[in-house]
Amino acid sequence: MVDLSKLYDVLVVGGGNAALCAAITAREAGASVLLLEAAPRAFRGGNSRHTRNLRVQHDAPAGVLTEAYPEAEYWDDLKRVTAGQTDESLARMTIRASGPAQAWAGAHGVVFQPSLAGTLSLGRTNAFFLGGGKALVNAYYRTAARLGVDILYDTEATHLALREEEVGEVTLTSRGFPATARGKAVVVASGGFQSNLAWLGEYWGEAAQNFRIRGTPYNRGRVLRDLLDQGVAAVGDPTQCHAVAIDARAPAFDGGICTRLDCVPFGVVVNREGRRFYDEGEDVWPKRYAIWGRLVAQQPGQIAWCLIDSKATSLFMPSVFPALTAPTLGALAAQLGLAPDAVDSTVAAFNAAVRPGAFDGTKLDGCRTEGLDPPKTHWARPLDTPPFFAYPLRPGITFTYLGVQVDADARVHMESGTPCRNLFAAGEIMAGSILGRGYLAGFGMTIGTTFGRIAGREAARHALG
Amino acid sequence: MPSAETLAEARRSLEICNACRYCEGFCAVFPAMERRRAFSDGELEYLAHLCHNCRGCYFACQYAPPHPFNLTLPRVFAELRLEGVAERARPPALRRLFARNGLAAALGLAGAIAVVFLLTALFAGPEALFGVHPVRPGSYYEVIPHALLAWPVGLVAVAALVAIGLGLVDFWRGCGTALHTPLRATGAALAALGDVLTLRNLGGGGHGCNDIDEAFSTTRRRLHHFLFYGFLLGILATTLAWIESLLGHPTPYPFFSAPVLAGTASGAAMLIGAGGMLWLHLAADPAPSAPGQLAPDLAMLGLLAAAAASGLLLLALRATSAMGTMLAIHLGCVLALFALAPYSRLAHGLYRAAALWRNALEARAGKGR
Ligand SMILES: Cc1cc2nc3c(=O)[nH]c(=O)nc-3n(C[C@H](O)[C@H](O)[C@H](O)COP(=O)(O)OP(=O)(O)OC[C@H]3O[C@@H](n4cnc5c(N)ncnc54)[C@H](O)[C@@H]3O)c2cc1C
Ligand code: SF4
Ligand code: SF4
Repeated sequence: MVDLSKLYDVLVVGGGNAALCAAITAREAGASVLLLEAAPRAFRGGNSRHTRNLRVQHDAPAGVLTEAYPEAEYWDDLKRVTAGQTDESLARMTIRASGPAQAWAGAHGVVFQPSLAGTLSLGRTNAFFLGGGKALVNAYYRTAARLGVDILYDTEATHLALREEEVGEVTLTSRGFPATARGKAVVVASGGFQSNLAWLGEYWGEAAQNFRIRGTPYNRGRVLRDLLDQGVAAVGDPTQCHAVAIDARAPAFDGGICTRLDCVPFGVVVNREGRRFYDEGEDVWPKRYAIWGRLVAQQPGQIAWCLIDSKATSLFMPSVFPALTAPTLGALAAQLGLAPDAVDSTVAAFNAAVRPGAFDGTKLDGCRTEGLDPPKTHWARPLDTPPFFAYPLRPGITFTYLGVQVDADARVHMESGTPCRNLFAAGEIMAGSILGRGYLAGFGMTIGTTFGRIAGREAARHALG
Repeated sequence: MPSAETLAEARRSLEICNACRYCEGFCAVFPAMERRRAFSDGELEYLAHLCHNCRGCYFACQYAPPHPFNLTLPRVFAELRLEGVAERARPPALRRLFARNGLAAALGLAGAIAVVFLLTALFAGPEALFGVHPVRPGSYYEVIPHALLAWPVGLVAVAALVAIGLGLVDFWRGCGTALHTPLRATGAALAALGDVLTLRNLGGGGHGCNDIDEAFSTTRRRLHHFLFYGFLLGILATTLAWIESLLGHPTPYPFFSAPVLAGTASGAAMLIGAGGMLWLHLAADPAPSAPGQLAPDLAMLGLLAAAAASGLLLLALRATSAMGTMLAIHLGCVLALFALAPYSRLAHGLYRAAALWRNALEARAGKGR
């Protein structure tokens, strides 16, 4: 029974993967735990409910994971994607904890399955959740409830009173009403701030209004801002976010995985002026997937269109919205609200620049353009087989990098360098310490599970003395 | 054909799933879906029958309502099955009378029982119906003459099978998979038969189904096993009794005879299965269920339970004056079951077997149409 007048051992702010791992761990250590989730029950689970896998280090085939993914390779991958913006000791600790994290998840109700069709490249490194992230979140909520964790939905933490490195009362809006809660220790696991368009606007200006947020609308960064305003040390570039190109028809929030578009390498991408702006065939799509969000964000009106012809329609994963189509490029352009002449001349120039080659959609095939700026360096084939198709693209924001700084015990540090006595952080809200930029598929859930467990353990230890 | 709205909703749903695929590990529907980019009406129905309604893909779906995508795949599949089977059941006049209506099922049952009673009274007189008959070969026929017992049951059963068969052929044509070589067709049929007999898919591959809510359990699979094998045992018992009577040994038989032992086991299993499934239907979160499915399902499960219970009671009371009444009620239940089969959930087993066969064929063919 939730009792807001009670002094809990551990308060957990957030209701996604990291929060649940912390709450379950603290409860199993004997602490009384109250979990505060901003979302109503139907939308509980934050961005975690949109995920599908976590990245696991292993030295031999293990369960659903094939071959081996040793620490050294994992660390190299991380170093490469972050271009060094990581903390080696925290990162290596997380990597080493990833195997136990998966085992822990399994022991707490998560069922794993081999990699999904079409993601075979991840079968070695990533363990997939049967049914995806919402199934994982459901399993954890069930486990938490069975263990006796108190859970309050539709309850947003708005302020953590931080005095002399110690959190006192936590101010809440619970089901629309003001309230307070108290815990001997507090774990914050409330994600990034990507759903706060006004905050994104501080760095991106008007453009932010045209962003689509791929995950939950509840990660508004309320707690993050509150803590930073009170002198907690920040990590990660505040201006940066992980952005991919998604279907422009996606809802403003929560469109999730199915709004992703994989057609770019097989098409010609034009902006509102009907002009190309980047090499669509630079590299295999999984490696280029994450730069296109930013590319589209930099175009006028933050919109672009991927044009393909009939040859390409089944080369990529189906997407949720049907392509727009017309028998001629001019008619298609008109339908998209673009100047038909501009599109025609862009495509004509592109078609003329395509060099002959042996097309192979499954690898870097070297089919390229010559004398075109920007070039298309692979999978370049003339757009000449009607009917023609178009998918509209907008930036889809996955998460932001700004977070609070923590140590190996998940303890939050002040700008002065002193650690807070009873404040811990887990998941996206501290991920910037390890993942300062870039992204490694499945690493978000690995960080959240690992630091959630550490934060839960340390918070319980602090509270129980 | 199911209605255009239901087909459109199924198509919309599968287009979302095919872009997401998170549920791939739950069942055969998703790998079959992934072999396609577009879905014809027949293919939608085929996928609907491949679904065993474990509800996993509802509780795991990040797009389930109140999300604006408003996706409830198990429900739209259930609607598709309901409409498809009902629309195909012949003759249309009877279909209209029975289809989608638990009340009609109950009326059918009552009607059948009344008819049996009436005929009994007409031909044998009230003494035969309410008297005490010693348990000896042929004593049942003293209440209801053999011809009156065998002919209606036989005719109704054959009519039901023909009605279901015609619907099945229509369904199979609609989804249009070639049988390939006879060898491949047989191999696939054996694989499908294995699936049917073990209800392999019903366990979701081990972790179970979302019988009631987000928790996984194998209760429904076990109950379904009881019902399914209880039903098969019932058919076995009837067949054994029929063979015995052909050999000149009319019913009833001693307790320790093959037909009675099979019948008793059948009755007990069906009672457990149908009773348990009735409870599951009422306890389960209704959100992923088709609202129109509940009433006919409850009626059909109730009828199965009644057939089982009346059979067991007939056995227990066959030496008393209640024998005649129990016999009439039992026959009424059985008759109603057969009569309602083409329009009710009973037909789903055959449609599902056909879908599994087709799936095994597709999987063998590698992919595609
Ligand atoms: C479409 C999509 C797919 C992804 N796929 C993967 C994947 O396959 N693998 C992977 O590793 N990562 C993936 N990610 C990234 C992953 O979602 C995150 O790394 C991870 O979920 C972070 O977990 P978290 O618990 O820190 O945050 P979240 O799961 O976002 O949880 C934050 C929680 O805090 C709550 N909250 C926010 N503010 C407050 C407040 N003030 N008071 C109370 N509660 C609050 C929210 O409601 C939410 O419940 C994906 C992201 C998206 C958007
Ligand atoms: S039911 Fe939902 S989670 Fe499952 S595959 Fe379909 S869209 Fe994805
Ligand atoms: S309800 Fe179960 S069997 Fe049916 S499609 Fe969903 S996961 Fe598959």
